[in-house]
Amino acid sequence: MTKVLKIKQGADIKLVGEAEKILADAPLSDTVALKPADFAGLTPKLTVKVGQEVKAGSCLFYDKNNPKIKFASPVSGEVAEIKRGAKRKILEVIVLADKESKYEEFKSGDPNNLSAEEIKANLCDSGLWPFIKQRPYDVIANPDDQPKAIFISAFDSAPLAPDNDFILHGQANLFQKGLDALSKLSSGGVHITVSAKDRADDVFLNAKNVQLHQISGPHPAGNVGVQIHHIMPVNKGEVVWTLKPQDVLSIGKLFDNGQFDAKRVVAVCGAQLKSPKYYRSILGMSTKKLLDELAKEGENRYISGNVLTGTKIEADGYLGFYDYHLTVIPEGGEDRMFGWITPNFDKFSISRALPSWLNVNKKYNLSAEMNGEERAFVVTGEYEKVFPFDIYPVQLIKSIMVNDIELMEQLGIYEVSPEDFALCETVCTSKIPVQSIVREGLDSLREEMS
Amino acid sequence: MSNPIHNLLEKVKPNFEKGGKFEKLYPVYDGFATFLFVPGHTSHSGSHIRDAIDLKRTMIMVVFAMVPALLFGIWNTGYQHFLAMGETVGFWDEVLYGALKVLPIVTVSYAVGLGVEFIFCIIKKHQINEGFLVSGMLIPLCLPVEIPLWMVAVATIFAVVIGKEVFGGTGMNILNVALTARAFLFFAYPTWMSGDKVWIGDGANVALQHADGFTGATLLSQATEKSSGFVNVAGATYDDSFMAAFIGMIPGSIGETSAVAILLGALILIATGIGSWKIMLSGLAGGYFMGLLFNLWGANEFMLVPAHEQLVFGGFMFGIVFMATDPVTASQTPTGKYIYGFLIGFLAIMIRVFNPAYPEGVMLAILFMNVMAPLIDHYVIQANINRRKKRLATAAA
Repeated sequence: MTKVLKIKQGADIKLVGEAEKILADAPLSDTVALKPADFAGLTPKLTVKVGQEVKAGSCLFYDKNNPKIKFASPVSGEVAEIKRGAKRKILEVIVLADKESKYEEFKSGDPNNLSAEEIKANLCDSGLWPFIKQRPYDVIANPDDQPKAIFISAFDSAPLAPDNDFILHGQANLFQKGLDALSKLSSGGVHITVSAKDRADDVFLNAKNVQLHQISGPHPAGNVGVQIHHIMPVNKGEVVWTLKPQDVLSIGKLFDNGQFDAKRVVAVCGAQLKSPKYYRSILGMSTKKLLDELAKEGENRYISGNVLTGTKIEADGYLGFYDYHLTVIPEGGEDRMFGWITPNFDKFSISRALPSWLNVNKKYNLSAEMNGEERAFVVTGEYEKVFPFDIYPVQLIKSIMVNDIELMEQLGIYEVSPEDFALCETVCTSKIPVQSIVREGLDSLREEMS
Repeated sequence: MSNPIHNLLEKVKPNFEKGGKFEKLYPVYDGFATFLFVPGHTSHSGSHIRDAIDLKRTMIMVVFAMVPALLFGIWNTGYQHFLAMGETVGFWDEVLYGALKVLPIVTVSYAVGLGVEFIFCIIKKHQINEGFLVSGMLIPLCLPVEIPLWMVAVATIFAVVIGKEVFGGTGMNILNVALTARAFLFFAYPTWMSGDKVWIGDGANVALQHADGFTGATLLSQATEKSSGFVNVAGATYDDSFMAAFIGMIPGSIGETSAVAILLGALILIATGIGSWKIMLSGLAGGYFMGLLFNLWGANEFMLVPAHEQLVFGGFMFGIVFMATDPVTASQTPTGKYIYGFLIGFLAIMIRVFNPAYPEGVMLAILFMNVMAPLIDHYVIQANINRRKKRLATAAA
C-alpha cells in the first residue's frame, strides 16, 4: 500500500442516531420502485405497461439517448403503477413484488475469461450498468468510453454513514469477482481507497487486481471525487468511472449465477428512529412498513441517503437507486425569537461565532431548519475550509451562476460533483443552494459538449 | 408558539402580504419579523442540515467587536474636552459629555442608513439585507465628533445609494460603504475632515479660551512638523507618545484613537473567525515595513516618526481591523488576502507621509485596494487555472 493521503479541509458533523451494527431483516417490501429522477440527465423510455409481469432483471425502461443503458426491475412481480408528474414526466415505476423472486437468466462465468465487450454487454443487458457512474458530470457512464481508471471508495465519511466494512464482511469472493469484471474495462485499473483511520475489512485489504490507496481526514475524505482529485485528477476530455462497494458485489453476483441480485444492506438511522440499525433489504425498497414500525412520533424529515446529499422522500416513499442509507431527522420549523443572536447550544456550526466549537465531541440532533435566509455572497474563506480540492469553490459557483462555460472548465468543473459541495452548502452563511447550482452547471456543460 | 409578539406579527402579517393594505411595505414587515424571529424555514433542496450561522449573526459579531472602540470613544470625547478646558471632572461626567456628543451621530447614521435601505427594498421588492448593521456603526466611529449631524446624514445617504445600492446591494458593492461615506465628507467638506482640525468636543470654543499654547491638533497633523515631542490638547508634552496613542487618550475620530480598544475588537473578530487575520496581520506588516523604509530614508520630520508609532497614530489600526477586512470589498482568495492587506498597510503610510494634506492615508489606501482587489484575485486564480492547464498538457504528452 502506498503512502497515506492526508486531507485537512472538511468537517465531521456528529449526529445522534447512528445505526447499531446489527443486521436485521427488513419487513418484506410489498413494492419496489425505480425513480428516473435518481439519474441526472436521463430521459427514460418505458418498455413495460401497468399490469405486465416482470422478472428480477427485466428491463423497465431504458435511456432514450443511449438505448444500451437499461434499467431493470429489482424483483419479479407485476408492474403496479407508473407515477407521472407535470408534463407526464415519469416519477416512479412501481413493481408489486412476488413472494419468491424469479430471475431473468443472464450470462455467467469467470470474468477473467471474458472480453471487455462481453462484460459490458452483460452488465448493460442485466440492468447493472447504471451502477457505474462517471466523472465528469456525475452521470451514468457511457459504455462506449475508455475510462482512464475506475475508482471505488471503500468507506463513506458522511454523517451517520453506513459502514461498508460491516456490510461487505465475509463476501470477499463475490466482491473479487466484481472487481475482476471491472478491471477488464479500464486500462488504468481499479483503484480502491480505504480510510487510514481504522483498519479496513479484509474484503478491501486483500482485494486482488486493484490498486489500494489510503486517505485520512474529515468528511468528505470518503467522497470518491476527493480521492480521484488527489490520486488521478480528471482533465478535460478524460473520463473516470466510479462505483459503490455494494454495487460491485451485485456485479460479482451476476457473473457468479447470471442473476440480477438487487439485495442491499441498508443502514436505517437518525435521531427520529426507535432503534437505528442495518437491514437486509432490496434496491428501491418501499420505506412504508419499515418506517411505520420504526419512526418516532412527530413531524419527521425522511431522507433517502445521508443528511448532506440525500433526497427528501415521504414516509411511504422508496429508497433511491444509489442509496443504501435511510435517515430520519426531525423536520423542525419553529420560528425562534432572536435566534440569530442567542447562543444556540443545540445547533451545529463550523463557525466560532457559535459555541459549538467548544464541544467538538458533542452529538447533535439537528432538524432540517435553514437557520437563516438566503443572501448574496458576503463571507469569504468559508467554503475553502470544507472543500479539499485545489479548486476555488466560490469562483466556480459564480462562473456557473453566470453560465460562463469556458471559465467553468478553467476553474475545474470536470472534477467535481454536487456531493463534493454538500458541506459548502451546509456551512454557507448566505444559504446559497450550492449543490443544485453545481448540478445545473454540469448539465449545461454536458449539453454544450454533446 | 404562543409568544405574544409572535402572535401579533402573525396577526398583522396579512396586511403586508399580496392583496393586503400595506402590500408594498412587505420588505419592512419581513425585516422586522426576521429580526425578532429567525424564521423556521426548512431546507427544500440540497443539504438537509444547515449550519446555525447566518448573515445576521455574522454582522452582529462585527458590531460587538466595535463596541470597545465605541465605548472608549465616548469616554475619550469627554476626557479630551475637559482636558482642553483645563477642568478636572469625574469619570462619569466625561462619559456623559461624550455620550451626548457621540450617540446622536450613531443614531443619525443608523436611522438614515436603514431608512434608505428600506426604501430600496420596497422599490426593488427584495428582502432587507444586514450589511448596514455594520456600516451604520462604522460610519460614526470614523468621523470627528464635531461633525454636524446633517453632514452625517448626507454622507450616509451618499454611501448607501452610490456606494452600495446602485451596485445591487449588500454583497455586490465594490467600495467599503463606511469609507465611501467618509471619503465623501473628506472631499465635499475638507475643512471639517482634513485631519488638522481640532477633533474634540467644542474645539473652537475651547481654542478661544486657551489661546496660549493650545493646539488640539491630532498627533498625525503634528507629525508633519516633528517626529517627537507631541503635545496633548492642553499643550503638555506626552511622556510616551506611543503609549498615549496605544491606549488612545489622544484627539482623533470617535472610534479610531485607542489601539487597545481596536485590538480587543480584532481579538473578537479573529476568535470568531469573522474577520480575516490574514488581512490584519499583513496590513500591520505592510505599514510597519513602509514606516521602516521611511525611517531609513529620513528626508523630513514625518519620515522620522518611528515605524511602530505610525501604526498607532490616526485611523490606521481602525482601518486595518474593521474596514480592510470587509469580506465583500477585500480580496477573496487566501493568497490574495495577504497581498491585499500588505499593500493597504504599505500605501496607507506612504500616502500619509508623502502627502500631509491627506494624513488619513489609510482611507485612501483601502479604497484604492478595494478597486484593486478583483485584479489581485484574478492573478491568484489565474495561477490555479494555469496549474490545471499544465496538468492537462502533461497528461496529453
